[in-house]
This record gives sequence, C-alpha cells and structure tokens, in this order.
Amino acid sequence: MKLSEASKDCSLVVKSIDLDEQARNRLQVLGMIENTPVTILQRKGSGTIIISLRGSRFALGSGMAGCIEVDYA
Amino acid sequence: MHNLTVGFIGNPNCGKTTLFNAYTGANLKVANWPGVTVERMEGAIESHGHKIRVVDLPGTYSLTSYTMEEQVSRDFIMSDEVDVVVDVADASSLERSLYLTLQLTETGKPMVLALNMMDIVNKRGIELDLHRLQEILGIPVVPVTARKKVGLKSLLHAALHQHEDEHASNHQPRNINSETIRDHAMIYSRDIEDKIKEITTRLPENTPNPRWTALALMTKDPLTVQRIPVDLSDLLDGTEANDIINQKYDAIQEILNEVMLGKNSSDSLTEKIDSIVTKPFLGLFVFLLLMAGVFFLTFSLGDYLSGYLEEVISWFTELIGQTLVGFHASEWLINLICDGIISGVGGILTFLPNITILFIALALLEDSGYMSRAAYVMNDIMEKLGLSGRAFIPMVLGFGCTVPAIMASRALESKKDRRRVMLLTPFMSCSAKLPIYILFAQMFFSKYAMWAAYSMYVIGLLLALLLAWILHKMDKDRNLHPLLIELPAYKMPSAHTVFIYVWEKVKDFLTKAGTTIFLASILLWLLMHFGWGGYTEDVSLSLAAILGKGLAVLLIPCGLGYWQIAVALIAGLSAKEVVVSSTAVLFGISNVNSFGGMAQLHSELSAIGFGPLNAYCMMLFCLLYIPCTAALATIKRESNSRLFAFRTALFQLGTAWLISTIVFQIGSLFL
Repeated sequence: MKLSEASKDCSLVVKSIDLDEQARNRLQVLGMIENTPVTILQRKGSGTIIISLRGSRFALGSGMAGCIEVDYA
Repeated sequence: MHNLTVGFIGNPNCGKTTLFNAYTGANLKVANWPGVTVERMEGAIESHGHKIRVVDLPGTYSLTSYTMEEQVSRDFIMSDEVDVVVDVADASSLERSLYLTLQLTETGKPMVLALNMMDIVNKRGIELDLHRLQEILGIPVVPVTARKKVGLKSLLHAALHQHEDEHASNHQPRNINSETIRDHAMIYSRDIEDKIKEITTRLPENTPNPRWTALALMTKDPLTVQRIPVDLSDLLDGTEANDIINQKYDAIQEILNEVMLGKNSSDSLTEKIDSIVTKPFLGLFVFLLLMAGVFFLTFSLGDYLSGYLEEVISWFTELIGQTLVGFHASEWLINLICDGIISGVGGILTFLPNITILFIALALLEDSGYMSRAAYVMNDIMEKLGLSGRAFIPMVLGFGCTVPAIMASRALESKKDRRRVMLLTPFMSCSAKLPIYILFAQMFFSKYAMWAAYSMYVIGLLLALLLAWILHKMDKDRNLHPLLIELPAYKMPSAHTVFIYVWEKVKDFLTKAGTTIFLASILLWLLMHFGWGGYTEDVSLSLAAILGKGLAVLLIPCGLGYWQIAVALIAGLSAKEVVVSSTAVLFGISNVNSFGGMAQLHSELSAIGFGPLNAYCMMLFCLLYIPCTAALATIKRESNSRLFAFRTALFQLGTAWLISTIVFQIGSLFL
C-alpha cells in the first residue's frame, strides 16, 4: 500500500520509493531506505502527512507520500 | 598569534546557529557566499593565543551536491581555507545526525563532533557513552548545550588541539591504549571496499581525499562526476549508491547500540503541542490566531511605545531649532535641518517599536520550531495554488521584510517555484509599509484605523494567493515539487538568538534611516525649494511640483492625482517609509506621527480634496506597487535575471494601479 493511504499510528516499513533520482536521494540521506520503520503521526484528508522517521518528524506532501510503498510491520 | 579558520556544519535545526552566536555574540559579519545568494556568517574570536575565524555553514543533511546549500558547505569544507571542522549534532536525534558525521570523517579533515542539546538528552533520561562514541568515530566528541552556553570552552579547546595535532586527520578509531582498531570510522562491505580501492588507483595523481572522492563517484555525486571524469562503467553496476547509504545507516544503528544507554523516551511536550497545532482545521485556526496575535501586538503595543518616542523627537526638534536660532543660522538652513532632515528621519524613527515587535514575533515563531508546522498546515491550500507548503515560509517572512523573504525562497527546489514566490512575496505587506498605513489610517479612519490597516495585510495575502492560483491555472506544466520538511522538537526560543536576529534587522532599519532616508529627505527638500528660477519659498513653483504634476495626471483614475502624492510615491521607491517622511516634508509637517502633526496634515489634505477613499486607495497603492530598490536588487540577484526583475516591477506597478483604480471608481459611486 502507499504511505499516503496507510493509517495513523501503525508501525510500517518502507518497501520501495518510486520517485525521481533527486527526490529519492533527499529521502535516502534522511534515512528512508528499504525496510526502514516509519509511523504516521498525523494526516490530512488530502494525503499530506507527518511521519516519524529515525527519531525525527517530517512533513510530507501527498505527491511524495503517494510514491512510497509501505507494508505493515 | 596563529590564525586559523573553523567551519561549523550540521543538520538544519541542530542548534548550530545558536552555538555559533554563543561564540561571536552580535559581533558577526553577514555576507553572501561568492556567486550564490546563500548567506555566509562569519565572526572572529580569540582564545589560547589563537586568532580564530569562525564560519557558519548553511544547514545540510549530507555532503552530496544536490542543493545550493549543500554545494556551498561541501566546497568550503573541502577547501584549504578551513583548518578544523566542527560538526554540530543534535544529541537528542543522534540517529539522523550521525549520517553527516560519518560523511565528514570520510573527508579526512581535522574535525570535532559537538553534541548539542545535551540538556534535552539528560531530561529525557538518555545516557550517552561519549567515550565509546569517541573511540568508534576516531574523533574528539564534546558535549555542549549552546542555549545555556555550557561546554563552549572545551569545544574550542578540542578544535584547537585538532589543528595542532598532525595526526588529527587520520580519524582512526583507537581503543584505550591508543592502538588502532580500524583504519576508518566506517568500513563498508568487502565488495564496496574493493571498489573503493580500485577507484583510488584510477584517480588522477594527487587527488586530495581519494577515499572520499571514490565514494562520491560511486554515489554518482553530480559535482564530483563532473569534476573528475574517470570511466568506471566496467566497475560499477549501479547498486553502489543504495548500498553505501544502507550500510551507513546500518553502521549508525550499530554505533547507537553501543553508545546509547537508557530508554529513549520521545518528546512528550512536542507530541502534545503537535496534536493540537497540526490537527486538521484546528491547526489552521491556531495558525490564523497566532498571526492575528502577532499583528495585534505590532499595532497596539507598538503604537503605545511610539508615543514616547514621538515626545523625545519633538523635544529634540525644538532643541535643535532653538540652538540654530541662537547661532543666528540663516532661515533656509534651519528650514532644511528641521523641516527637511529631522521631520524626514525622525518621522521614520517613531516606527521603530512597531518594527521591533514584528521582528521579535517572527524570530520567536522561527526559533521555537513553529514555522515548519505552518508549512504543513498551509500545504493543502498552497498545493491547490501550485506551490508547496514550504513556499509559505518566505511569504510569512515577507510580513517582516521583503529582502530576507526573497532570499528564503532559495529553499524551494524548483526554479519555477522560486520565481513565483519572488513575484508574489512583495504583495505581503512588509514592515516598512506599516508607517504608511498607520499614518493614513489614523488620519482618516480614526476609530476604525486598526481595521483599515489590518485589511491591507489581508488584501495583500489574498491577492498573492489569488495570483498564485491564476498563474497555476495558466501554467501548462503542473509538475509539483511536494513538501518535505523536518518538524523539529519544540524548544524554548533562545533569548540570545532572538536578540541577534532582531538586532540585525533593527540595525538595518536604523542604517536605512541614517542613509537612504536622510539623503532622500535632503534631495526632496532641494527639489521642493528650487525651481527654474533658483531658490523659491513657493513650493508650487518648485521642481518637485513640476515633476509631480506631470505624473499626477496618470494617478487621477486611482484617486491619487495630487502632485505631492506622486512625488511621495516616487520617493518611496528608495524605501517605503520614505512615503511617510516625504509626505511630511512636502506638506511641511514636523513630527507627523504625533496627534498635532496628524491633525495638521489631515486638514491640509482635506483642503485639496483628499478624503478617506483617497487615503484607502493610497494605502492600497503603497501595498501593491513596486517594492523598494533593495528588494528589487535582491530579486535581480536571486533570479539572476535583469529582465525578470524588470518584469516583476512592471507587473506590480500595473497591479497597484489597476486595483486602486477599481476601488476608487467603485467607491466613488457610493461615497
């Protein structure tokens, strides 16, 4: 399932990132790589979300969250 | 005396600037990095017989070269200019900070790791084995709390030691007996290490930092690939970049297992605040409330304090006037000094409290960590307008001053977004326009003055958003650059950081009052007192009147067809406050912001048929027309295009004329 569709407060793991080179690289240096655990802390109807990633919080636009494939951990 | 240069690098929000400010105080130089408009802060300190130049690098998560900030930081770190690197890490989120640290150890530069925010770490019950961390990384690790100025001397001392130690750049992890454990802090898998070895043999001779260069080539770092064209197609299979990042994070996990003791409880305060301010709808409401609060303080408290300042200035004007009379100075000189210079410059100075309060509020919002939440809250609205929520930050800063706001637009990834924000930010009412609103609103809208002034902020904001929407609809390529922004843990804003931020802006304001506005006041006085026939007492025969009358014709449709107003608007291009000071000078009013001054100006304006509707159109025109020359110069520099800056100016002038004409024409039908 896509990160933008996952529900709040569940433990998730990243499966793949389907974004262009530059956007993917930005996420990777922040530590979002395959099998990284993430949790959605807050979400809006549009798919804009706040995630917890390696102890830090990030806000992600729906365009980005919709291109990240995740699974329940 | 030795001279050395220390570079401060770290993730955004790691408290690097607070640490930097703790060393330099307000005694710092702000400039731009050559060629780019990334701010460069520099200071000089003395310690242990060394003259130390400290340079604050832009916040960055990694040493790749995808953004302007990263490139600037990296080029500086890799240059010979820097002697020691201080890597500032947020100890309370070590996992993410160590990525940059590992990259830095690979550059082989002498470095020290400063673990900042140790107070938060302690409060959360986390214990860090700093000895072990130092062993693993092979570099000195110094705990600091920049906010409370704890550990500053030890950190500097460690940096000086690194400079003097000739082995400092080896970064070889050692155990207690100084025996080398490994050659590098970070050892990759056999496959990667073999490739590193092979690539280093293919590099041109004397390539500095071969290990780092090899790694950069394997991760296809754009700048390195461009600078060192080595053919590696037979060696690499394209998976290396991923492997290297993966293995770095694996190594970080191992390090954390070794050094992090005690439970890592999360920041409950941040969670509590965020559960309110980032909630759908409620978050938007909180945001609007905060903004309203900021403007309320700016106006009400600011005006209260301005009252005192006015009294001081009017006392000063009188004192100078009497002194000059005592010296038997000629009448024109007294006129120039009292009515030209002091009423011009003094009129501006009375707005100092309003502006200071506005900047304090903006600094608090930024330093507390709220600003990035505003980007999240506004993201959906902004996305509908074709911009990312991040674009909202420059626009909010635009309420303070257009110049730093336009500079903040560089945080946006795409050129299209940057240009759009540059085009729209000047519509956000900057603090220099505030004196204009206060003056005209108080004169003509007495009881409703505050609402009239508020409406300018709302109109400016709505117009900017509306134009963004129109531009988005006209745009064929609707490729969005989605939001990605860190939401740092909330913290008590540091008084020191806020002070320095505000002082920088206030200093700018005072400098402007002393230079631009001073000169503009003199120039205006000269234009008003010289006509074709030389010196004249009759303003209507002066050069200013001739110039103004020509232009006033064009301003008739928007209700501003008065030569004095035309001259004031032109003078306002040098700085928006000048509209107020020149109106004062043009109508010969001293101390224009006082009750008496306003009453006098009000009756003079009423006499020439300038009423409330004209005043409102005047405020609108000032809100929307060409930003000051400093802002235009910044737009030109940031966009690197004279044509774009020129078109922006023309677009804004056209918008101002159109909107105020519409309001005046429709308003005239009813009033």
